[in-house]
Amino acid sequence: MKSLSRLMAIMRKEVRQMRRDRLTFAMIFGIPLMQLLLFGYAINTDVRNLATAVADEANTHLSREFVARLNATQVTNIEYRVNTADELERLMQAGEISIGVAIPHDFDRRVTDAARAAVHLLVDGSDPTIAGIADKLRRMPIAFDTGAVAQGQGQIEVRPYYNPERRTPMNIIPGLIGVILMMTMMMFTAVAIVRERERGNLELLINTPVTSAELMVGKVMPYIVIGLVQLALILVAGRILFDVPVRGSVIDLYLASGVYIAANLALGLFFSTAVKTQFQAMQLTFFLMLPSILLSGFVFPFDGMPVVAQWLGEALPITHFIRLTRGIMLREANLGDMPGELIYLAVFAVIATTAAGLRFSKRLD
Amino acid sequence: MNSEFAIRARGLTKIFGELRAVDHLDLDVPRAAIYGFLGPNGSGKSTTIRMLCGLLTPTEGSADVLGTKIPGKATLLKPKIGYMTQKFSLFGDMTVLENLQFIAEIYSYPQRERAVRIDELLEKYDLVQQRKQFAGTMSGGQKQRLALACAVLHKPELLLLDEPTSAVDPQSRRDFWANLFRLAEAGTTILVSTHYMDEAERCHRLAILDRGVKVADGSPLELQASTGMHVVEVLADDPYHAQTALIDVPMVASVTQLGIRLRVLIPELVDDPLHLVKQNLGKHNISAETRIVGPSLEDVFVAVTMKPEQRAA
Repeated sequence: MKSLSRLMAIMRKEVRQMRRDRLTFAMIFGIPLMQLLLFGYAINTDVRNLATAVADEANTHLSREFVARLNATQVTNIEYRVNTADELERLMQAGEISIGVAIPHDFDRRVTDAARAAVHLLVDGSDPTIAGIADKLRRMPIAFDTGAVAQGQGQIEVRPYYNPERRTPMNIIPGLIGVILMMTMMMFTAVAIVRERERGNLELLINTPVTSAELMVGKVMPYIVIGLVQLALILVAGRILFDVPVRGSVIDLYLASGVYIAANLALGLFFSTAVKTQFQAMQLTFFLMLPSILLSGFVFPFDGMPVVAQWLGEALPITHFIRLTRGIMLREANLGDMPGELIYLAVFAVIATTAAGLRFSKRLD
Repeated sequence: MNSEFAIRARGLTKIFGELRAVDHLDLDVPRAAIYGFLGPNGSGKSTTIRMLCGLLTPTEGSADVLGTKIPGKATLLKPKIGYMTQKFSLFGDMTVLENLQFIAEIYSYPQRERAVRIDELLEKYDLVQQRKQFAGTMSGGQKQRLALACAVLHKPELLLLDEPTSAVDPQSRRDFWANLFRLAEAGTTILVSTHYMDEAERCHRLAILDRGVKVADGSPLELQASTGMHVVEVLADDPYHAQTALIDVPMVASVTQLGIRLRVLIPELVDDPLHLVKQNLGKHNISAETRIVGPSLEDVFVAVTMKPEQRAA
């Protein structure tokens, strides 16, 4: 009974202090929204409207129709029309265009000749994404109403599952939940505890009847609630702004998040015992933040990474959590379909909690 | 339980790596007394206090604090002691009232009496005006009164104060000590560490610590009576030269300047200390008034913390 009222007292104090620290409070809700908007709108691997120049040396009925079709794909945006291929190179070097289309004067003849390319595409290969797009253009069938059909077009039909429109936010937002929860749970808890130690509050508290368990739980609970609120915020905003669905069960999603939150909280607690200042706590979380964003499959496809990077990625809890959220939200999977991911998170949480608990009580001695 | 001592420690020792922070400390703190720890920084005052309230585990030795064995179940002790840290450790982003309420909740102070007790403390420690003020924005004296109010809120039997007056002005210090006397009269045992002589003088008993070792203990009067030193006061026009003339004399243990006066400590085995001083001043043609005076607490402190070879002179 006494224990419960002490726990409540710690939590009330924590919430009160959090409310007064306007910057932290704003960050807790501002960061998810800002990241959602940033990642949702700015990161787009589905490239459109690339600046393009056309040098149509043929200038025939056929070549004009080809250019019109090219433009209709919306991948290119024809900004320049020039006379020679040399001029295309100059524009590309100046950074004015990403794609140059050179149509030789014997275009009409080349279209029917499988041995010779009908069109030359100059591509700014310094950006692999653009190069990839150009590759798609290469497979564009050049079929014309004259009946002439270009050779060598793709024979494999692609059917994109789960995200037929290939919208990037569909992939980004489930991952973003992982990033934001990690930030809140790890950084804010680590900083909150270290701040208490820095200000001397901890020395006072451990001389009162409060036990270290009450202290730890009391400090951490409000952040768990905040994490769950953040999750709801991202789901709702993702739905409204980017039409990202939750196809699977919301309960599964919250269950997975609960285990993931526990893993990150324990890590945050562990960090708080390892550092002396708030600044160090921030540094340590950023140290872990960067690989978590880069190696987890959040931005770059996991399978495309070198083996060593994959090993590192597998060790991070966020990697497994992102697989779970993508599975549940996009593929309508349930937790039973991906038991390995959940088990890893649970094992990680248990180990980190044990480590943090051992160190935390030691520091209080 | 009802022993006449609130704290009895035997052979209390704390070693941090290579450093002996506290070295075989014996301590007897009578109930309802103000007991002082006098010593320079790093003499082991804070470490001792932290061991006594169970924050640190002693490397060796043990203590009996209010009937609880240390090392042992310090959790039983927590509700009976109040602790005031060296640095202000309440919550700067909460008001005076919120801080007191929080402390009351933490100590599970009976809910019905909470408001009455808090009002009483606000009144007693002159914080009524500041009740809605954020603790972080208060002056040093006000912060200290709040810290004391929080430390005594649950009516502890033993109050441990770690250099409580290091950040406040002289008037606040006087008021603070008046409060301590009131608490002691009401039966609270108070252990207070300080490096101010005038504060040490107010304690009922005190222990002088030097590099982790207790070098003297007793009431201030007892300590002054047992320095083992003569004190010669020298009133010279040129105290600096008088000091240089005396400092290297083999039988002089120490020379301290206080304004235009010098206090010269000379071991008791010297029969005629006045003659010794006059003779050495005469050698340098320095004219000065000299007289034997009683030792002050500062003289005691200088005498007991000096290196052994100095003391033998």
